[in-house]
Amino acid sequence: MTERLLVEAVNDALHVELERDPSVIVMGEDVGRAGGVFRATAGLRERFGPDRCVDTPLAEAGILGTAVGLCMAGWRPVCEMQYDAFSYPCLDQLITHVGRYRWRTGGAMEFPITVRMPYGGGVRAPELHDDSPETYYVHTPGIKVAIPSTPADAKGLLAAAIRDPDPVVILEPKLIYRTERGDVPDGDYVVPLGKARIAREGGDVTLVAYGAMVPLCLRVADELDGLRPSVSCEVLDLRSLKPLDEESLLASAAKTGRVVVVQEAPRTAGFGAEIAAILAEKAMLDLRGPVLRVTGFDVPYPYWKLEDAYMPSVERVSRAVRELLAF
Amino acid sequence: MAQVAHGDPALRRVIDEDRELDGLDEQGLIDIYRSMVLLRTYDERSLVYHRQGRIGTYAIFWNHEAMQAGSVHALADEDWIFPSYRESAIGLLRGMPPATVLHWWRGHPAGWWNPADYNVASICVPIATHVPHAAGLAWGKKLKGERSCALVYFGDGATSEGAFHEGANFAAVMRAPLVLFCNNNQWAISTPLEAQTRAAALADKAVGYGMPGVRVDGGDVLAVYEATREAVDRARAGEGPTFIEALTYRAAPHATADDPRAYIDLERVEQEKKNECLGRYERYLRRLGVLPDDLEAQIKADALDAMRRGIAEAEAEPDPDPELLFDTAYADPPPNLREGWE
Repeated sequence: MTERLLVEAVNDALHVELERDPSVIVMGEDVGRAGGVFRATAGLRERFGPDRCVDTPLAEAGILGTAVGLCMAGWRPVCEMQYDAFSYPCLDQLITHVGRYRWRTGGAMEFPITVRMPYGGGVRAPELHDDSPETYYVHTPGIKVAIPSTPADAKGLLAAAIRDPDPVVILEPKLIYRTERGDVPDGDYVVPLGKARIAREGGDVTLVAYGAMVPLCLRVADELDGLRPSVSCEVLDLRSLKPLDEESLLASAAKTGRVVVVQEAPRTAGFGAEIAAILAEKAMLDLRGPVLRVTGFDVPYPYWKLEDAYMPSVERVSRAVRELLAF
Repeated sequence: MAQVAHGDPALRRVIDEDRELDGLDEQGLIDIYRSMVLLRTYDERSLVYHRQGRIGTYAIFWNHEAMQAGSVHALADEDWIFPSYRESAIGLLRGMPPATVLHWWRGHPAGWWNPADYNVASICVPIATHVPHAAGLAWGKKLKGERSCALVYFGDGATSEGAFHEGANFAAVMRAPLVLFCNNNQWAISTPLEAQTRAAALADKAVGYGMPGVRVDGGDVLAVYEATREAVDRARAGEGPTFIEALTYRAAPHATADDPRAYIDLERVEQEKKNECLGRYERYLRRLGVLPDDLEAQIKADALDAMRRGIAEAEAEPDPDPELLFDTAYADPPPNLREGWE
């Protein structure tokens, strides 16, 4: 066990996976010489050489497109998209090929591609450095999606993604890259995809979240716990959006009877809507009130003088909880 | 730096100049002929099958056979081919059964194949998005120290796509053993070449990537063979990718759903048909005295027979099991995949 920041845990996972499997190759913009703009790939080029940690041309569709061909040649590519919104050029490859190629070969050929990218807002960055694009990825057939919120999960989910036979997109919450610190198991460590984590136990309301919204919900839970009478919030960290751990979601909903879903992404057809739909289909009789969503808005992610008004906050989540309790 | 052969405006030709190629004996010439006949027969029968309602919409490649057969024959079996839909039947030249390709055009999942069985990637339907795949495969083989190279087919319209650019640039930067093969038939459905580019020649685009660009007569199977062989030699020698522009003129509709009379130069089409690539090669072989009538008849009968058996086999295939919906998209599927099914 070593105490690490979230971004350091990503780096640790890459070191371990490159070491244990000679077919793993890390590729992306500035991942080699610079070690990544967030230092997630620092030290890999020195340790494993420029052919295993490759500085690519500045071309996101080219990165993912060549990764498809690398799979055909027996490689297991880990592609970095430098920022959330810079991944949009690679959506063409992701939708038209990465998610379909295994299917197109009748299941005969595997495409074990991992795409990882820093995502999300709150970091006082220029335009298009703040998006939460998870819905685009989750909605794409053939693709799996995971989002860690702790250093240990950042390592374990990335290792699971790299070892998975299917393409996996890992969204890393950059807001908490260097604020979340925790014990991370050394060496081989895998957190299986499709298993949610109860980040905090509670009895009155379930807060469903992922990524940087998990520590936010924990702050909400702390604050509401301090009220008199106190409100006991359970915080469910989904960790994996596809496959989704419906069992844990339904169990927590049955336990508390009240669910608030929190996402940074725009509201309409966001992942929170999927959670609400699942609960409507399968947990109707367990619920004591409507499933509420606290989300970003259906506007472009704002310039940063306005971003605090856009991002879900302790106040907005607390308000939703109180509204639900009063239902 | 790669050596850039810029400003070679003359189309490379072999047949019309009655040149003979070194390293291609009589058997080699006939093998190429056999491939061209197989492709031509596949294409002509497919058009008939479409009209009979036995296959769906079909992308015709009539008069593209010289580009396809000439280039494939310059490859070794370990080399990979990345076809667009215009090369849907290219697998036949690697031993793929005609029924497999017919299944594909019949919308039947029996038209799936394992690319590793033939070193032929799946047919790419969107334009140019397979160019980076071919660059990645070639780069990946080089990284593994294997000697295979890759060849990717695309049309003139594809050179306007970002994916073409990204794939070509990646291949050049990685010095990937790749042949970028552009079949320039001068039409992207109804859009003529002059509305696609202001470049004097598509091969000139190679300069910007630091790779050689060569132009060949796309109706001259031996010119295509020779140019591809040189590109493959460069690739194997570690000198990186080559761009080949094979120039022709689309003498058939884009696909069975297209009526080119609305936009194409019909006189030019007629002229092109008179000089179509298979007939040109037959006349060359006869001039050399290596294609007796009985051999030609036998090769054509064999191809027709292969197609008859292919369509019979395809039509005998039962409808796919609906469970196939769920079987192949994921190696390890999410648990809710079949929700709403039962």
